[in-house]
Amino acid sequence: MKVEILTPEKSVFDGEARLVSLPGSDGSLGILNNHAPLITTLKEGIVKIEGADGKVQEFGVKGGTVEVLNNRVIVLAE
Amino acid sequence: MANLKEIRTRITSVQSTMQITSAMKMVSAAKLKRAQDAIVQMRPYAEKLQEILANVSGSLDSSEGVYSQEREVKNVLYVAITSNRGLCGGFNNNVIKAIRLDIEKSTANVSVLSLGKKANDAYAKTKMYTKEGFGDRPFEIWDDLTFNNVSEVANTIMKQYREGKWDKVVVVYNKFKNAAVQEVITEPFLPVVSESNEENNSSLEYIFEPNKAFIVQEMIPKSLKVQLYKALLDSRASEHGARMTAMHKATDNASDLVKDLKIHYNKARQAAITGEILEIVGGAEALNG
Repeated sequence: MKVEILTPEKSVFDGEARLVSLPGSDGSLGILNNHAPLITTLKEGIVKIEGADGKVQEFGVKGGTVEVLNNRVIVLAE
Repeated sequence: MANLKEIRTRITSVQSTMQITSAMKMVSAAKLKRAQDAIVQMRPYAEKLQEILANVSGSLDSSEGVYSQEREVKNVLYVAITSNRGLCGGFNNNVIKAIRLDIEKSTANVSVLSLGKKANDAYAKTKMYTKEGFGDRPFEIWDDLTFNNVSEVANTIMKQYREGKWDKVVVVYNKFKNAAVQEVITEPFLPVVSESNEENNSSLEYIFEPNKAFIVQEMIPKSLKVQLYKALLDSRASEHGARMTAMHKATDNASDLVKDLKIHYNKARQAAITGEILEIVGGAEALNG
């Protein structure tokens, strides 16, 4: 699936990933391929992206919003 | 007619002014490029945020939030976004003029928050001026224009709105159309007016976590911050555009002036030469005769 992390200043990440784990405001959640459409908010924490090659990247966020749709994950981070 | 030396001095001074204005034009062009890039960078974020917000609030009655209640308007805050520096044509005056026209129409108590030294100078001595809660020098935001800094200003405005200090907040700024054209925009900031777009009722079944109302509440402040940040970025790009145009015109005027002065100079020089020849011929005639 395709993952994009956008901040108001620039796009931080844009690429393929196998797993994304997010600090949702109701608890941490992990998103795998073929996840159902979802909109949720984030609290302060770390967004972890496991790339297709198994490489893990981490991004700290202060909050944000996530939309999951058709194997596209868009993180509007702050 | 002025003598040769005077004209020569004027030509030199106009030429050096021309050098300065054309250098300023170049600098503004470079800065404009960067300011435009910043807008382009933030656009996908703003668009996506709007899209999600429309998706979520589509079926929700959003007039219940703290930020969307319409109150009786007694105290209005105008956020005047101008630049810190001058020499950019009517850029700053247009904002100040737009606010003045707006104030004349309204009967409410008006305060003005100046983001930009030029608006600061214009309002500092009036009783509308306010900066309470925004630090000592709110216009210094231009020295370091980041989303975080803008968020703080937006947060303060939202807090004061919640506390009832303002019943309405309006942002006035120059919207960037292209390098030569700016448009003064008077944009309502608070209360939030929800755009009801019925057609956007997508059949997609989203899962909302924790629930729609919570997400809307979380997202409205965010979109307000983005709105203010966008206004500031727009204004910055407009400023450089306006300065570029102003300096371009100044350079053109200066080169016209130099051309004019050169014609004067040559006429004066020729007149002097003619005068000298006449003297010589006259002298020779006198010797012959």
